[in-house]
Amino acid sequence: MSSTVTPPPRKMNRLGLEVLQYKGSKTTLCAGCGHNSVSERIVECFYELGVNPYTVAKFSGIGCSSKSPAYFLGLSHGFNSVHGRMPSIATGALLANATLLGIGVTGDGDTASIGIGQFMHLVRRNLPMIYVIENNGVYGLTKGQFSATADVGSTLKTGVHNELPPFDCCALALKWGATFVARSFSGDKRQLQAILKAAIAHHGLSVIDVISPCVTFNDHEGSTKSYAYMKEHEEVLQELDFVPAFEDITVEIPEGEVLDVQMHDGSHLRIRKLHRDFNPTDRLATLAALEDAEAKEEVLTGVLYVNTSKPTFLELLNLGDAPIATLPESKVRPPKAALDEAMDELR
Amino acid sequence: MSTLEVSPDEPLSGQSGHSVVNDFSIQVATVNGSGSQTANSVLMRAIFQMGVPVSGKNMFPSNIAGLPTWFTIRASRHGYIGRRKEIDFLVAMNPETAREDVMNLESGAAVVYDEPLKLSELRSDVYFYPVPFDKLVAPVCPEAKLRKLVRNMIYDGVVAQLLAVEMDEVHKALVKQFGKRKAKAAELNWGACKAGFDYAARSFTKSDPYRVARMNATAGKIIVDGNSACALGAMFAGVTVVTWYPITPSSSLVESLIGYMKRFRHDPETGKATYAIVQAEDELASIGMALGAGWAGARSMTATAGPGISLMSEFVGLGYYAEIPAVIFNVERVGPSTGLPTRTQQGDLLSTALLSHGDTKHPMFFPSSCEECFSMAIDAFDFAERFQTPVFVMTDLDLGMNNWMADPFPYPEKPIRRGKVLTAEDLDKIGGFARYKDVDGDGVGYRTLPGTNHPAASYFTRGSGHNEKAQYTEREDDYIHNMDRLAHKFEAMRRHVPEPVVRMAEKARIGFVALGTSDYAVRESCDQLKSEYDIDASYLRLRAYPFTDRLQDFIRRHERVYVVDQNRDAQLLGLMRLEFDADLIARLRSLRYYGGLPLDARTVTDEVLKQEGK
Ligand SMILES: Cc1ncc(C[n+]2csc(CCOP(=O)(O)OP(=O)(O)O)c2C)c(N)n1
Ligand code: SF4
Ligand SMILES: [Mg+2]
Repeated sequence: MSSTVTPPPRKMNRLGLEVLQYKGSKTTLCAGCGHNSVSERIVECFYELGVNPYTVAKFSGIGCSSKSPAYFLGLSHGFNSVHGRMPSIATGALLANATLLGIGVTGDGDTASIGIGQFMHLVRRNLPMIYVIENNGVYGLTKGQFSATADVGSTLKTGVHNELPPFDCCALALKWGATFVARSFSGDKRQLQAILKAAIAHHGLSVIDVISPCVTFNDHEGSTKSYAYMKEHEEVLQELDFVPAFEDITVEIPEGEVLDVQMHDGSHLRIRKLHRDFNPTDRLATLAALEDAEAKEEVLTGVLYVNTSKPTFLELLNLGDAPIATLPESKVRPPKAALDEAMDELR
Repeated sequence: MSTLEVSPDEPLSGQSGHSVVNDFSIQVATVNGSGSQTANSVLMRAIFQMGVPVSGKNMFPSNIAGLPTWFTIRASRHGYIGRRKEIDFLVAMNPETAREDVMNLESGAAVVYDEPLKLSELRSDVYFYPVPFDKLVAPVCPEAKLRKLVRNMIYDGVVAQLLAVEMDEVHKALVKQFGKRKAKAAELNWGACKAGFDYAARSFTKSDPYRVARMNATAGKIIVDGNSACALGAMFAGVTVVTWYPITPSSSLVESLIGYMKRFRHDPETGKATYAIVQAEDELASIGMALGAGWAGARSMTATAGPGISLMSEFVGLGYYAEIPAVIFNVERVGPSTGLPTRTQQGDLLSTALLSHGDTKHPMFFPSSCEECFSMAIDAFDFAERFQTPVFVMTDLDLGMNNWMADPFPYPEKPIRRGKVLTAEDLDKIGGFARYKDVDGDGVGYRTLPGTNHPAASYFTRGSGHNEKAQYTEREDDYIHNMDRLAHKFEAMRRHVPEPVVRMAEKARIGFVALGTSDYAVRESCDQLKSEYDIDASYLRLRAYPFTDRLQDFIRRHERVYVVDQNRDAQLLGLMRLEFDADLIARLRSLRYYGGLPLDARTVTDEVLKQEGK
């Protein structure tokens, strides 16, 4: 009987690759850790959009979150660097080869505590890459101390209270120069997928702050980064739809209700407003909305800001199309006449 | 009228006919921000153009304007271009230091000074030439605002007259200094210079013995600072990613590089840059960017000094352990901490050699001249990629920021070599690779670059424990195996670093070991020891760390070897102690100077005599 059954056709994306080829090695993070869900979304999005994994470079700092690039896109080069300083590694790599698609994964400690300086400068440069902050409010890897995104009044398992105000990485990013800013929740598969896909299509720095609960150290009552807290306090701003460039879209978009953002590669992000009047192209209004939400103990999720016209850092450098790293000698060693000229001036 | 103000009871031997030709040093004492730099460069250049070997050393404060600076020009017919401690000819322009400057002179020195300072009463055993600078500047510079700047040019004229520096050469140097675009400024300054010359000719009878006379020892040579030489080396090495954070004395290395790259590294057809230079937010970021770029296949570099080196520590350990090429120029200055930012030292030898936690060690190249700044910068990029590790080019403020005579740099003959990098075609042939496997026996694995279009290309770079396949591991055997391979790689480097330069003196029982800018003082000291005390000394100049066997040979062939260190703690000697056996160490003596000025020969000679019990 078995001889008559033909196996189902294998599922492949437009490059002819299977989803398996977008996976990494087996996760060593705790079962139920939000970071694992984020890795899964990354696998799905890169697979579904048919991104060539050989053109991707993965970056991270140090932390549980920063381990995760080993768990997705195994066919891509990865660089797990030092604590808080992944932005500089990514910047250097993209300077060397501006054709790479960079994706960085970091934690709230990695970004908002030790790495706040490099994060802000990455933002200021609008370096074209995807920067995912897996935000659990604590240092998972060092066993649960507060990070700089912990909310005032939240408590550790040990009962310790946090009394200092949190950094809102989204507010910082959109104030100082990132051109795609979003907040999501590791438990919201659909929203996170749409945001990640838009970030893949975006030309500029995408900062995505994903509330990603640490089930081992910060999922208790008193935490504001727990699954339960998110269930109560998440305020989903929009319904998001990502339509890749390789899919035909001819459907009429009703005026007013849906914001249609055409991304750099020709794909579309359709943002359908839910109950709130919120415009993700208005930076100042978004900042005000974030302030307002914080006061009301709401966590706004969705696309907070998108700007598709600002030049990226790499564009300001006047580089050619080919990666400078591998230009041939004839392009990078000036001729003897140049040395002669320099010597003559010094005579 | 003669204005030589000598008190009658202690007559000088002036006009006695003995003269000192092309063997003295001139010191100009001014305040910084007064524009004296131009006048000093012009004077130095004019002497250089007369064929006389010169060196110029700027001793400046760490602020922008208003503090004392001293510029010393040494003319030496013997070709000694290290610092000379004694000042023979002083130009005293700074009221604040003038008295001390004069009191420090040796008997028989000469002083040109600003008349109102009334210095001639201070001593009767030096020659004084008072010049009314304010009176002279007014008629040649009608615009009062500019007088402060133009005033300095007057002393060039005065000194030229007194020392017989040819005015034609002064003019040529001045025109060169100002360039075509500032012809008007050049004109104004030339007027001041001539006013000084005429005043001196009218007013003074030459009584000191110092004089410049035409020679033919500088033909074809250039004048350049070590930082520009490193920059040129980096450009011709094909550097593609440059990251930096400003710090004295390394800033001008990158600033000079920026200037050259703008001119010579844009694609002539498209106008596109073939490089990226980024001023980072700090040294944590500049080294991170350099490593990220090196990882992605760029020839990358950064330049810094002590405080930056300290900040780079953690990342440099990652570069060592994850095996990423990058070139780091360390232009040393006086530490610890902020130290004396504008003084020179070789104070980072130990901290750089072992920079970062855990078992780390890094190759260092030690240029001692501008020629070597250029050639070693090129070698360093090849070396970094060959051995896949951060390489330090160690210079110092003296070499980096001062002007040096040099032979024109030769165009690099060897093609650029990028080390063991596998392409997609290579992978097609061999099927796959293990990033940290020692295939060739030199400890260096093969790497691939991100963006390589091949299913076998990717690997995961990490600073945590890893096995040959770059996979995470905490296994004892994997860890030891990897660390041993890294040690083996370091041994392989030993066979490929630049060899030392050795000067054996026959019958010598003592020897010197030195590196970098100590070279000038040590060579001159060898001559002093021989000619003044009939002591023969051999000399080995190190050009790199790790050391090579030649160093051990050299030590074995001498009873006592003086290890010259421009730092307090004998750091170079300390590095030797780490690897030499007791017999060798017993022969080593430490000779240290750490006052922040360029080392001078007399200090070396005196210290050797003391330790030799002479
Ligand atoms: C320089 C340095 N300091 C401290 C540490 C220890 N450390 C490792 S991970 C970590 C915090 C990680 O927190 P986060 O980025 O939020 O990641 P999570 O584990 O929560 O995902 C710290 C402090 C380190 N690795 N390096
Ligand atoms: S400790 Fe927390 S952050 Fe780390 S893997 Fe476990 S659940 Fe995730
Ligand atoms: Mg965290």
